[in-house]
Amino acid sequence: MKQEEKVDFRLNREYCKACGICTALCPKKAISADDEGKPSMINEEACIMCRLCELRCPDFAIRIGRMQ
Amino acid sequence: MEQHVFDRLMRDDKLPHMWCRGCGNGIVLQSIIRAIDRTGIDQDKAVIVSGVGCSSRANNYTDFCGLHTTHGRPIAFATGVKMANPELQVIVVTGDGDSTSIGGNHFIQAARRNIDLTVVVFNNSNYGMTGGQYSPTTPVGAFTRTSVYGNIEPAFDVCRLAEGSGATYVARSTTYHVQSLIKYIASGITHKGFSVIDAMCDCPTLFGRINGLGDGAKMIAAWPEKTVSIEKAGTLSADELEEKVIIGEFVNSSRRSEYTEKYARIIEEAQRERADLK
Ligand SMILES: Cc1ncc(C[n+]2csc(CCOP(=O)(O)OP(=O)(O)O)c2C)c(N)n1
Ligand code: SF4
Ligand code: SF4
Repeated sequence: MKQEEKVDFRLNREYCKACGICTALCPKKAISADDEGKPSMINEEACIMCRLCELRCPDFAIRIGRMQ
Repeated sequence: MEQHVFDRLMRDDKLPHMWCRGCGNGIVLQSIIRAIDRTGIDQDKAVIVSGVGCSSRANNYTDFCGLHTTHGRPIAFATGVKMANPELQVIVVTGDGDSTSIGGNHFIQAARRNIDLTVVVFNNSNYGMTGGQYSPTTPVGAFTRTSVYGNIEPAFDVCRLAEGSGATYVARSTTYHVQSLIKYIASGITHKGFSVIDAMCDCPTLFGRINGLGDGAKMIAAWPEKTVSIEKAGTLSADELEEKVIIGEFVNSSRRSEYTEKYARIIEEAQRERADLK
């Protein structure tokens, strides 16, 4: 991602069950599991905004977009 | 700013849902929500009908008209809804047990009639809700609570069953291939006729654990290895296809007319006849 297009990665921590699907399948390893096993954005520049983390989250916990 | 699809079509007050950590049902449900959104059908004109099972809990979380019916019978209820009000878009959410075991007869009869329903089979290869017994789609050799020496029954291929019974839209995808899963469900909804989407998904708690397949993340990551596209499948031998799950669009045909349209003509004819008698 270009520097000026910041990623807006939102996690609903209450819905997330720490299954690890989003972090395991992120094609760019832009998100990573924190110490509770829940995802956080660690490399915004690497994110290609494929939105697969949001689409494959079984728990409706992720919303990803561009900063408005 | 446009509201997020979850905010428009899901019932936030019902979340978090009841499914286990890493269960694929949530991904299939999300795909249905997005497919409905993509087709642009009116929220008040969509009806989601489910049977009984973990997967059949899906419609509790959606903001559409819904019927949570009895085990194996959602297609029968859905047929009633569609017959009474053909302008409704009726979508059935059902498990592999719900649709091909106890509900197998409803499934094949509805396909034979080519009634305009969209059936999404949450195919996790076992009975989740009741503790992981084998279902008609459990692969040969797989372990379940009721096949502790390995399953000896050959599995139904949901797509071939649907096609052989007369379904006019038939496709299969997996939770890994979520983009095509959404696309096929959307095509099934727009298709006029009986549509079946075999949505391969994972039950890590029961099927995964007893077969040593790892957690939900491990199971979903295994789908690319286990599947082959319908295009590629055409170039492979029967041996090479053994144990592979074929994904893609199998049937997309408008050659047969749809049941409620034919029935509407019967109603018209009967009314005309009655008017003539007066
Ligand atoms: C008439 C009837 N028979 C049996 C049951 C018990 N029962 C509930 S859910 C279920 C099977 C669920 O398996 P499936 O349809 O594959 O859905 P899953 O839970 O795997 O999503 C069974 C046998 C029931 N509720 N009603
Ligand atoms: S896929 Fe969803 S539930 Fe699983 S760890 Fe990621 S955010 Fe949490
Ligand atoms: S038992 Fe299996 S199908 Fe049922 S919610 Fe748990 S993982 Fe999903």
